[in-house]
Amino acid sequence: MSSLHELTAPEEHFFEARRKVFPKAVDGPFRRLKWAIMAVALLIYYVTPWLRWNRGPWAPNQAVLVDLAHRRFYMFSIEIWPHEFYYVAGLLIMAGIGLFLVTSAVGRAWCGYACPQTVWTDLFVHVERAIDGDRNAQIRLQRAPWGPAKIAKRVAKHAAWLVIGALTGGAWIFYFADAPTLGQAFVHGTAPFVAYATVGVLTATTYIFGGLMREQVCIYMCPWPRIQSAMLDEKSLTVTYKAWRGEPRTHGLKREAAPQDLDHGGMPSLVALAGDPSLAQRIGDCIDCNACIAVCPTGIDIREGPQIGCITCGLCIDACDGIMAKIGRPSRLIGYTTDLDARLAASGKEPLPALRRLFRPRTLVYFGAWAGIGLAMLFALGNRTRIDISVLQTRNPEWVRLSDGSIRNAYTVKVRNMEERPRKVDISIDGLAGATLWTEASGRGGASRHLTLDVAPDQVAQAQLFVAAPGGGPKHADLVFTVRALDAEGSAARDKTYFERPEQEQ
Amino acid sequence: MADEKQIGEGRIDAPTGTSFVGHEWDGIEELDTPMPRWWLFTFYATIAFAIVMVVLYPAIPMLHGASRGTLGWSSHGQLDKELAAEHDRRAPTMRALAATPIEQIPGNARLLRVAQEGGRSAFKVYCTQCHGAGAAGGKGYPNLNDDDWLWGGDVATIQQTIVHGVRQPGDDKTRMSQMPAFGRDGILKPEEIQDVVSYVRFVSHQEGASASARRGATVFAGNCAVCHGANAGGSRTVGAPNLTDGIWLYGGDRDTITETVTNARYGIMPAWGSRLDPVTIKMLATYVHSLGGGEASPQKPAPAPVAVAGK
Repeated sequence: MSSLHELTAPEEHFFEARRKVFPKAVDGPFRRLKWAIMAVALLIYYVTPWLRWNRGPWAPNQAVLVDLAHRRFYMFSIEIWPHEFYYVAGLLIMAGIGLFLVTSAVGRAWCGYACPQTVWTDLFVHVERAIDGDRNAQIRLQRAPWGPAKIAKRVAKHAAWLVIGALTGGAWIFYFADAPTLGQAFVHGTAPFVAYATVGVLTATTYIFGGLMREQVCIYMCPWPRIQSAMLDEKSLTVTYKAWRGEPRTHGLKREAAPQDLDHGGMPSLVALAGDPSLAQRIGDCIDCNACIAVCPTGIDIREGPQIGCITCGLCIDACDGIMAKIGRPSRLIGYTTDLDARLAASGKEPLPALRRLFRPRTLVYFGAWAGIGLAMLFALGNRTRIDISVLQTRNPEWVRLSDGSIRNAYTVKVRNMEERPRKVDISIDGLAGATLWTEASGRGGASRHLTLDVAPDQVAQAQLFVAAPGGGPKHADLVFTVRALDAEGSAARDKTYFERPEQEQ
Repeated sequence: MADEKQIGEGRIDAPTGTSFVGHEWDGIEELDTPMPRWWLFTFYATIAFAIVMVVLYPAIPMLHGASRGTLGWSSHGQLDKELAAEHDRRAPTMRALAATPIEQIPGNARLLRVAQEGGRSAFKVYCTQCHGAGAAGGKGYPNLNDDDWLWGGDVATIQQTIVHGVRQPGDDKTRMSQMPAFGRDGILKPEEIQDVVSYVRFVSHQEGASASARRGATVFAGNCAVCHGANAGGSRTVGAPNLTDGIWLYGGDRDTITETVTNARYGIMPAWGSRLDPVTIKMLATYVHSLGGGEASPQKPAPAPVAVAGK
């Protein structure tokens, strides 16, 4: 690199360095809604693993437990086995369609209120304010030279963030093991290594995402804003600066000098303008105080129109409403509006009624799909059997000829008892005339068409079964195994398999 | 695009302030962009890491092997350590298996499972060459899944057969017997052999009664019944097969039986007692017994006449 060039050439950048955002504290209905949602979300997150649920002596009593070690997922009265994972897949699909539904109905509400990134960033910002002071104090501190006070505040802030991060990761692990037991072991240092590693990783990600990266996660990392750009239409709610009311923005002496007696309802019509050219000199409601920019957690200027950085949290609405009240102008210069309503209002027409906006084909289709999947899963959940059988035919050898000339096949039978109590079950065979069934333990002497098996609670019982049938017959015959529970509830399940014989000699 | 005189290392790209390397393809030029600092430091870190690795671990190839490294690590050493740890982990179970008489293993569900699974894997190593992966055997090699046993199918008898083998010279407890080669040695004439084959195929329900079979009955009574029994039901003391059932070790068709009677058969099996440890053999016997044809162990005060009558 030429040093001469560095001195003479204008500095040009291809990448913009991050401009640090110092969001200013604000109060108002949307801020209070965010507080409420944050409280509920954090409460759910921290309390859920500690809820108890009595499942009897054979299963854990934690209400919500993802028992990866034993491949079981417990959620209140529902227990899911690995082969029933489609319920979880269904929930994830519902969550996806739910996001579509919410987006088409109320815009990026997920981003603005419920997304963990938003909730935790909000928490981190609040902690930062408690230590460093509000926006102006933070900017002053940022510019101040390093000294004992600044070092103390920085240490305190990052320590507090790390504690929040550790608590976040610390709560996460309790979803995967018995919470009280794991909590005790964790404190005593006897918990499994993976627990400490998980807490470490989540502490780091929480600290980095919530403390250091913040809005960059939303703007650069998260795919959801890109998808939402495609999801939004002219009837989706967005936080909108009502330019037709606010412009031209003026402040200070210019504003004092402007005529004050104008109707603020909208831009002057062309007819009115022709009658009174001074109307063109009218002033907008926006006094260019930049309060909306100061409070924005992603540091954007909402007056530039809809943009990917806007997570529609509504804090600029609260900020602007406060200013409008002070200068005696009507509120909601910035407000939740659809693109269609914005155009209608700009041309002086009435906006669409809210219900007509909500109940449109798009939201109804999303809701239909979402509710359909939910109902189908509920139906499946209500009708699922808690007993199951699967039969695996031994292929090597396919068949064995016995002394009496009959043919024997072997099967590995697995019986799933998904109830949380031991069950006695009956296993029988259907089809295949003259066939008998026995286990290695009972021997062929005890052979008959069915046998009983004890299955431990919430376990799979595996048995090696032998079936013998007369030697003459088709090479490939159908055989059905049926399992029936021998208790009051008595549900049953079947599995179809085959019985192999040698090729018959011609 | 770029003029000849403009191409050169000193020239600066105005928008980026970076000099050109001097390479140009159809107007597209390469910039001498410096490496990002984080990349450079990562590169230095990998060099430092490599130096530490070379010091700690085997790295530099020498004439005989590689440099040892200060940690003394080797992949063989690690494998030995893992194998020793696994051996220690299994030791209590192996001791329990060694101490339990083979007839009592089924009484302990855990030991039974260990023995069956251990036997399954040992079988794959030592036995599948003859008996097949599914223990279904082949011509001359018995199918271990069925309920027909030459020398006996209770678990202790199977263990005895595995330890001493079949017709193994040098082992005085080996399963020993020898069928005469009736044709080759001229004991029977070819017509007599055909008659006795007819008789054997008659008693095994493969052929109807015939004059040849009736003649064969006499030949059988005079030459074969001493081992195979008067009813052709075989004898386990000499490993003579039951000729009346549906199972044939070499084949039940006329040609094969003729071949068997003419030249006799002399199937052998190694004596594994000198090659495998007693616990492995116990596990093998338990596994083979579990394949579906295993017979119950005789009661302790075994009344000898019953065993003979059971044949």
